Amino acid sequence: MRYLGYTMGDPTAPLPQPTQEVHEAMGKFIEEATKAGVFLTGGGLAPVEDAVKVTLADGKFTVIDGPFTEAKELVGGWALMECRDKDEVIEWTKRFLSVLGEGESTVRQVF
Amino acid sequence: MLPGVVTEQTHAAIESVVRMESARLIAGLARYTGDVVLAEELAQDAVVAALEQWPESGVPRNSGAWLMTVAKRRAIDLFRRNSELHRKYAQIGRALEVEGDSVTPDFDRAFTDTIDDDLLRLIFTACHPVLAVQARVALTLRLLGGLTTAEIARAYLATDATIAQRIVRAKKTLASAQVPFEVPDAAERPARLASVLEVIYLIFNEGYSATAGEDWMRPALCEDAVRLGRMLAQLMPDEPEVHGLAALMEIQASRVRARTGPSGQPVLLLDQDRRRWDRLLISRGLAALDRAEQLGGARGPYALQAAIAACHARAFRAQDTDWARITGLYATLAEVMPSPVIELNRAVAVSMAYGPQAGLDLLDSLAAEPSLHGYHLLPSVRGDLLMKLGRPREARAEFERAAAMTGNRAERELTQERAREAANLAALATAAGDG
Repeated sequence: MRYLGYTMGDPTAPLPQPTQEVHEAMGKFIEEATKAGVFLTGGGLAPVEDAVKVTLADGKFTVIDGPFTEAKELVGGWALMECRDKDEVIEWTKRFLSVLGEGESTVRQVF
Repeated sequence: MLPGVVTEQTHAAIESVVRMESARLIAGLARYTGDVVLAEELAQDAVVAALEQWPESGVPRNSGAWLMTVAKRRAIDLFRRNSELHRKYAQIGRALEVEGDSVTPDFDRAFTDTIDDDLLRLIFTACHPVLAVQARVALTLRLLGGLTTAEIARAYLATDATIAQRIVRAKKTLASAQVPFEVPDAAERPARLASVLEVIYLIFNEGYSATAGEDWMRPALCEDAVRLGRMLAQLMPDEPEVHGLAALMEIQASRVRARTGPSGQPVLLLDQDRRRWDRLLISRGLAALDRAEQLGGARGPYALQAAIAACHARAFRAQDTDWARITGLYATLAEVMPSPVIELNRAVAVSMAYGPQAGLDLLDSLAAEPSLHGYHLLPSVRGDLLMKLGRPREARAEFERAAAMTGNRAERELTQERAREAANLAALATAAGDG
């Protein structure tokens, strides 16, 4: 089963740039999850203020652009994982958060 | 939340952790003891301890190291009790004792540094040619996949006792043959690697088109095999056929969703709704195929099969399929790995590229092949080509033969359905002839 795990963080208090230590530990963790055949792909999430919303209603497109900021803070991250079941994805998520130090991650099954 | 619910969650969580850690735990212990069988028993002891303690204490942060520490303690106890045991064991026991009970960062690092090599040794041991193929499959799922005996039994529709016995026998064989816990040397390596790849692909295939039972596929088994393939590709990044197999499985697995209809009936490749194919798995498969070819493995049997699968994967509509290229790939595959089954597939490709009569001619040259006797796909393909040639009466007989030959219910129903279609067409043709 495939799951999308993402960490949004609080947009008003974005995650700080990870320390070199966390960065390296995360690299190792991703390597481990890849070797286990669990981590398929993943990446960072830019602040939600920078997001673009594209809407189609009544035959008209509306594009709402977030205010452009210079902020380079990493607000969150996401990962597509292939796990046997929910319990396994929970365990991988716990390990991910342990590497991060603290935080909250939402996991949703994708299909 | 109800206490009962909490307990249940904890148990499920513990089982998950145990399964995730199982292969690394056994591999690490096998290196310490030089004995896979003993390693598995020690790992079991550690798991029992976890199942006793974790519901109370919670799952420890570093669960893998926890399990390893407990298993090491058991090893020391064991070595102390069995003074007659090999001197090597005693030495190991002392070494472990000096290391102490605590999980030191050094130990973690040492463990991480060698774990890839240990896992590789474990795979080669589980797939050792001294074992019967079925035993290799069971042991690989048990030791590398972390599946319990009951789970393997469920996957293979066997009884727990059968699988348990198979694993016990396999372990006895490994012990009596004194199979060393090592990665084979250069001379032995190609044949030994072939066995590893064969075992993983057998697991995949049992999931992809189950040879027995009610369901046409058991996707969980496919997922286990794909995982093992990915793991192996990371452990042996320079072996082209490892990537070839990974590519083949990823691409085939990309079709799982499209291979069954709403009531679970099989949907054949050319009838599948390609929008339901998993694009992520396709890109992973194509990337793995690229790697295999870059490593000089374009003529490897798995890479060739992956290249054929890739031709299908690249075609957004069935009619876009490059059948001429597929025909060429099958011809190469037949050279590299002569097999009547490959010839059968080549006949199908030829019929698609150059018309059903060309396919039928090739097929009929295979009919005398003794190894195809009893192979249900021969009459099934023959029936298909006869239908295309407007010979439904003969086609019906072929489909009926095919239905009688397969052990899989879903597949039998599919061929029976085609026999009925052929019969209807034949009746129509007769009626038209009469009129």
